[in-house]
Amino acid sequence: MSGLAMQALAEETPLLSVSGLTRFYGARVGCEDVGFDLYPGEVMGIVGESGSGKSTLLSCLAGHLETDAGKVVYNGQDVLTLAEPARRRLMRTDWAFVHQHARDGLRMNVSAGGNVGERLMAGGARHYGTIRQTAEDWLERVEIDPGRIDDRPSAFSGGMQQRLQIARGLVTGPRLVLMDEPTGGLDVSVQARLLDLLRGLVRRMGLSVVIVTHDIGVVRLLADRLMVMRHGRVVEHGLTDRVLDDPQHAYTQLLVNSVLPT
Amino acid sequence: MIRVDNLNKDFILHAQGGVTIPVLRGAHLEVAPGECVALTGSSGSGKSTLLRLLQGNYAPAGGVIEVAGLDLATATPRQVAALRRATLGYVSQFLRVVPRVPALDVVADPLLALGMDEDEARSRAADLLARLNLPERLWGLSPTTFSGGEQQRVNIARGFVHPYPVLLLDEPTASLDPLNRAVVLDLIREAKARGAALVGIFHDAPARAEVADREVDVTAFSPDAVGRAPVQAEPA
Repeated sequence: MSGLAMQALAEETPLLSVSGLTRFYGARVGCEDVGFDLYPGEVMGIVGESGSGKSTLLSCLAGHLETDAGKVVYNGQDVLTLAEPARRRLMRTDWAFVHQHARDGLRMNVSAGGNVGERLMAGGARHYGTIRQTAEDWLERVEIDPGRIDDRPSAFSGGMQQRLQIARGLVTGPRLVLMDEPTGGLDVSVQARLLDLLRGLVRRMGLSVVIVTHDIGVVRLLADRLMVMRHGRVVEHGLTDRVLDDPQHAYTQLLVNSVLPT
Repeated sequence: MIRVDNLNKDFILHAQGGVTIPVLRGAHLEVAPGECVALTGSSGSGKSTLLRLLQGNYAPAGGVIEVAGLDLATATPRQVAALRRATLGYVSQFLRVVPRVPALDVVADPLLALGMDEDEARSRAADLLARLNLPERLWGLSPTTFSGGEQQRVNIARGFVHPYPVLLLDEPTASLDPLNRAVVLDLIREAKARGAALVGIFHDAPARAEVADREVDVTAFSPDAVGRAPVQAEPA
């Protein structure tokens, strides 16, 4: 690699810079002293067993949970110190959150088009025709027949609901997407479709993603970098394939070697 | 283009009492642009380990692994990722892809990652798949359902679709018929001619003789060869 290319890489600033992030549940550790940098266009996976703190970390980043200590710097600003209106504005424009259960991220009594359009309107869009057109485009991009724009998500399959949730999150053109087990609970065939879709969207939109999952296969195919958590702490991090193929920490070795062969 | 010096590699198996398995000791390798070096040595001698270290897939225990000026022993994950994108290609024996992506897109993927226009990337991928005699009716299908030889040609196309200055080849002719084997050997010769540095493992001895300029016997870097105890338990 040329020296110039290396220098360009070194000078790029992270989109998100997390340091010392800590959250206790009473005396019990949720997550402790977690730090990482996420660069534009980068996908970072977080794996670990149930109770490892990966979902707590994601909830702290998204502001769904109060944080006891640490910083989450986005665009030069610590989002944990933002006033509530400014934080909400950020969450509905620049950031998106994809929940494991689509019903937590969708409004089930509002049409598919309404679910997508609502986030656009929250971002300031007003023209009905434009909003509907954009919603139709997005349904197509996530492979939902635009003819179903007026149907409610409750009439959709699990995989379709998950894709609709993604459309709702991405319609405002966010730069950062936080995902909590986005393929959890879906059939294997539906998972593959969702993974393929996510990969395409990440590349075309230059998204930065933090994806929490317990599925090693998902991070192998989607994440550039990987963080392994246990008991609330990061025990290992690095290039995804290096962490999975040459794990250094005893816990990572256990995790990787516990995957059943396919 | 490649400089490996005094490279060591151990595997520590925590789940098995912290047993340390030393694999490489004091490995040394230099590869110039336009040169193809074949790694040789018996099964278990560390050929694949050395190739994976060169790819950045394994973490070294000590020493230097410089690929195109970047020391993989100390590089950050982002630097390694950038190196792989533009500079360091790898033809693996295994195909790891999202099970729904068509073969054509699997091959075009490295070009898309470099920001190439989608039509142009697919057209280059198509040229290469045609050259490797993969029937056009398969291009739109996921390679996860392909035969071993078909999958291998998809892997080869992925590795040659971008003119990587450094290319690592793991058994590139293993499951190919004579016709396609000849195409792959031509691709390797063309890569050398444009100045790429290549390192490969070839169990196919005639293929190795045809394309490799030199052989490096990895057995020379085995811990036994330098008189070290092969297995030592980690202190409790």
